[in-house]
Amino acid sequence: MTPALLAVHDLAVARGGLRAVEGLSFTLDRGQALILRGPNGIGKTTLLRTIAGLQPPVAGRIDMPEDCVAYAAHADGIKTTLTVAENLGFWAQVFGGGGVDDALAAMDLRALADRAAGTLSAGQKRRLGLARLLVTGRPLWILDEPTVSLDQASVALFAAAIRAHLASGGAAVMATHIDLSLSEARHLDLTRFRAVPGKPSIPAGFNEAFA
Amino acid sequence: MIALLKRDLVLATRAGGGFGLAVAFFLILCSLVPFGVGPQSATLRPVAPGILWVGALLSCLLSLDRIFALDHEDGSLDLLATAPIPLEGVVAIKALAHWLTTAVPLIIAAPLFGVLLQLPAAAMPMLVASLAIGTPALSVLGAFGAAVTVGLRRGGLLLSLLVLPLYIPTLIFGTEAIRRSAEGGQAGVALMLLAGISAAVLALVPFAAAAALRINLR
Repeated sequence: MTPALLAVHDLAVARGGLRAVEGLSFTLDRGQALILRGPNGIGKTTLLRTIAGLQPPVAGRIDMPEDCVAYAAHADGIKTTLTVAENLGFWAQVFGGGGVDDALAAMDLRALADRAAGTLSAGQKRRLGLARLLVTGRPLWILDEPTVSLDQASVALFAAAIRAHLASGGAAVMATHIDLSLSEARHLDLTRFRAVPGKPSIPAGFNEAFA
Repeated sequence: MIALLKRDLVLATRAGGGFGLAVAFFLILCSLVPFGVGPQSATLRPVAPGILWVGALLSCLLSLDRIFALDHEDGSLDLLATAPIPLEGVVAIKALAHWLTTAVPLIIAAPLFGVLLQLPAAAMPMLVASLAIGTPALSVLGAFGAAVTVGLRRGGLLLSLLVLPLYIPTLIFGTEAIRRSAEGGQAGVALMLLAGISAAVLALVPFAAAAALRINLR
């Protein structure tokens, strides 16, 4: 049996020194998608940032191969004075991949390729942000509310992109409130893992000076 | 890494990138000083090396807060942190981009501003040399300050307070090198010490800056 792409063991994450989620364990194999559910403030973003490696877990372990995460957050990381193609080309070069044209086509951005990204609408920017995932060539997508400001047609485009990604051996963890009609995706409700309130905790390597 | 450097250079030269601001500021500063202290060469000449170096420091400071703040605002910094480039490399490249877009124009324009301040022609090569050797330290130390203050609203002022004291050694030896060569003396020791400071800063500070960024991204 091949090892799972992502294995989370008894994980606890904290935001601002307070535990948000604790006791969380799951595994994700290639070809699988996991959708995180839960009310606002439960710690979906914190959990995703922890998995992406942007902050250390308070407790527990995250096992995955090195350099396999592509992270997409609320902010798309778009430079407004660069064109759409330049924005995407930059990330393709950083990740050492190619496929800018394919990504533009997959997210229906080809007609906008030479427009300055600052002139795009919110939904078009979002599509550009998601097209970035396609050029990273990374197997594990960490998606934080990927469908915000997308219209229905774009949500369908995005769902198709995820399906293609899963079919090619990738995996995705996402937090979303919208039904993507990804029937194959598993759902994980974080409400069960809500940390006991009032128990402050110090993350590993935390230094008071930077509180 | 080359891609990041290219992107930062392109961003600096596009609208709102702030390219040339530092030189314009440097020019205004150098042309204001004669109004303040009087245009006689007897008064200007002794202060010229100091004014030129202080002017260069302040011009560098102008664009420091943009090094990471803009990338933090639009989310690029999070994405760069998860990219295959080590964060230390990101810091080094961004400092290099800052140096190329801010300090290099200053170095090229400095002899002209030296004339405004009545700096003797004999000291001009040393002016260019000391700036060329000293300003990389300014950019890297500035990148460190920018990394420490990255998440803060209006972090620019705090950044100045943090960074300017760190600039003092560079200022002392840079000015000393020009002063000695203006007086016809040997400036080699001052220049070597300046180079030593730059080399130490270039080698060590990117690691500190990357550590500060990691903490700020949490």
